[in-house]
Amino acid sequence: MPALELRGIHRSFGSVHALRGADFSLLPGEVHALLGENGAGKTTLMHIAAGLIQPDRGAVLIGGVPRPGLSPRTARKLGIGMVHQHFTSVPAFTVAENVALGAGWPVAPDALRRRVRKTSERAGLPLDPDARVDHLSVALRQRLEIVKALAAEARILLLDEPTAVLAPTEVGDLLRVIRRFTSQGGSAVLITHKLDEALAAADRVTVLRRGQVMLTGPAADTTAAQLAVAMIGEGAGDERTEPPSSGARSDAGPLVRLEGVDVAGEGELGITLRAASLTVAAGEIVGIAAVEGNGQRELLRAIAGRIQPLRGRRWVTEPIAFVPEDRTTEGLIPAMTLTENVVLGSSSTEPWIRGRTVDWRTAEARTAALLEELAISVPGPWVPASSLSGGNQQRVVVGRELSRRPSVVVAENPTRGLDIRAEATIHAWLRRAASDGAAIVFYSSDLDEVLALATRIVVARRGTLIEAAPGATREELGALMLASG
Amino acid sequence: MVGAAALLAGLTVLAAGLELAGYDSGTALGALWSGAFGSWYALTSATLVRAVPLILIGLGLALAFRGGAFNIGGEGQFYAGAIAATWIGLSVGGLPTPLAVAAVLSGAVLAGAVWVAIPVLLRVRFGVLEVISTLLLNFVAEALTSLLVQGPLQESQRIYPQSDPIAEAARLPLLPGTRLHAGLLLALAGAVLLHWIFARTLWGFRLRAVGLGPRAAEIAGRIDSRWMTALALALSGAIAGLAGGVEVAGVSYGLFQNLSPGYGFTAIAVALLGRLHPFGVVVAGLLFGALEAGAGAMQREADVPAVAVYVVEAVVILAVLLSESARRHGAAMLASLSSVAPKAPG
Repeated sequence: MPALELRGIHRSFGSVHALRGADFSLLPGEVHALLGENGAGKTTLMHIAAGLIQPDRGAVLIGGVPRPGLSPRTARKLGIGMVHQHFTSVPAFTVAENVALGAGWPVAPDALRRRVRKTSERAGLPLDPDARVDHLSVALRQRLEIVKALAAEARILLLDEPTAVLAPTEVGDLLRVIRRFTSQGGSAVLITHKLDEALAAADRVTVLRRGQVMLTGPAADTTAAQLAVAMIGEGAGDERTEPPSSGARSDAGPLVRLEGVDVAGEGELGITLRAASLTVAAGEIVGIAAVEGNGQRELLRAIAGRIQPLRGRRWVTEPIAFVPEDRTTEGLIPAMTLTENVVLGSSSTEPWIRGRTVDWRTAEARTAALLEELAISVPGPWVPASSLSGGNQQRVVVGRELSRRPSVVVAENPTRGLDIRAEATIHAWLRRAASDGAAIVFYSSDLDEVLALATRIVVARRGTLIEAAPGATREELGALMLASG
Repeated sequence: MVGAAALLAGLTVLAAGLELAGYDSGTALGALWSGAFGSWYALTSATLVRAVPLILIGLGLALAFRGGAFNIGGEGQFYAGAIAATWIGLSVGGLPTPLAVAAVLSGAVLAGAVWVAIPVLLRVRFGVLEVISTLLLNFVAEALTSLLVQGPLQESQRIYPQSDPIAEAARLPLLPGTRLHAGLLLALAGAVLLHWIFARTLWGFRLRAVGLGPRAAEIAGRIDSRWMTALALALSGAIAGLAGGVEVAGVSYGLFQNLSPGYGFTAIAVALLGRLHPFGVVVAGLLFGALEAGAGAMQREADVPAVAVYVVEAVVILAVLLSESARRHGAAMLASLSSVAPKAPG
């Protein structure tokens, strides 16, 4: 008998038919990967299992018992723990306080600390109970989310894109923890859109596409190609394997030149970048390979002119296109329309800037033309950015930045959280910008993306830059990234 | 639409409350209506006169809120403006009217800006939340007013805690036969100007961007968000100061305690009810002006305490906020699921 079963789930939001008769079952002790493009309905389906959303039609069975009108509270009592993509801890509270809040434990300081420490260590997720959450790294915050669910005695973990924020080694740790949890009788759903991860980590896989189940079966009997086809239809994944283009042009001088630049660490994961020197020529795509928090962010923001270096020399040819990591807080303003978001990133030389006023009609026409050119299919330039899927939001950000005919393109994790198709589009655009003569510098937490896109790879480790040998393999790069000292 | 329904709800709750308390709700509501709109005089001299400060302060607050600054100190800045206007108004008797009025109003603007400069500096230098600093400075401004009208600004006969009347030359022209002054034109022109700023200018766009997404404004728009928010806060204080000056030059002709029946606070509701849109602020200001005007008549004619009208105001605000949050909830839900329906690209 499945630990969790969803039968014939339908759910619409307004005119959007999010789920169309989706079936899903989770067996006791298994890790079940739920795959799909952005917007395929994965999160909605799991929200229904956790009682956060009610289905229009269909049944939710927990431990074989139908649970009509399931509430989040009941779901939690029945052992369902959801780890959301967006963290749900109180930043100003300590780890212990957050666990108490999540699990409904009494806040008796010493006993609570001991209890939290025990729970986290037993799960293989050690955490300092006294650490304040806003001082934790992203990986540790996620760990806390899982510990919260376990503290509430979850027997079924629903993890929404847990690996999106993690470095490769951290992904391995997380998957081991999930294994440990299931070997003790728990069951887990791993929402992801990374094919390899699903195949490596899961016992079974289910692929959703536009609210319907396209494929479900044991991971061992499934190939990555089958999954890709199920996710996005025939002809998938071709663009991904396209080899990097030729690289630097000898005729042009460097468009980016840093010499002995120091940059102060930024934010919680910040680390000071020391004595960084980097030269990028027109047509080059330099990929920065690094584990999160090794100075790559400081490097990119210093190149993009978003942070002032402490010392050193910086020559970067304007205009600079900058694609920040977090598209919804730094790349665009969700509450504003697409036109407004395009105007936001534009310089004063754009045709819609008339002195101190904005000619919105021109701006809207240009935005519509841009959307058309980039083949971003949306109702129109007047819709708010929040109404777009993550992939389309990123297309808008990247498209806006590239439409300024930049000399230099700086991109942080340009395809994080995107599906294969959006990723292929963004890669194609960056390559085209390079072949049009721009210098590209990007960072990705996905080493495969660095390998696929870069013509030259630089490793950032503890705030210093190391040039990787041409043709370095994944393993060699990994060793460089993680080497100590 | 929502506004009308909210108003109806507010009036219904008021009527029910009055009936329960043993009043004749028919008489009371009739008095409320006639006090606000019952005659030309009621409309101009009661409703519109009260609407002017609400609209002016409300416009300033809309500017601040749009720019991400939460100015709760409209009341204090209003008093600062009124103090400066009185001070200047007492000593410009020799000037021609346009000059005298200009001196009074610019003094008021400056005073409002100076009063809000403290919260601005505290925010920029030390990160002190302006919600708290502006709120607290309200009490300081009220206390300062009360000190001044019993001290340096007290009338020459030294009987009442109020100032002498300001010079004739410093007074705003009136609509003949009414108490309605030219401040209304100022408020309406201000609304049009602010609308143009929001809708057409690059500065107004950047201000809105900072309010809606300060990080994105900085990173993608290369806008100095902190400076922009500080400027919005300063301007809103200046406008509230102007409202204080207009009140002195157009209505009270002098300073006294309780010059404002809480205009600075009611204007927060006016700005929110008007959805931070300048024309919305005008409509909301007129509505609240009418309610406050009617409240007086209700007290005189039906013996219902004027504060009862706050029930209507409160219900209107709650109803609008509820509908707003319901809408946003729906929108957020749709947004989180819009990812669910990707339009097939290519």
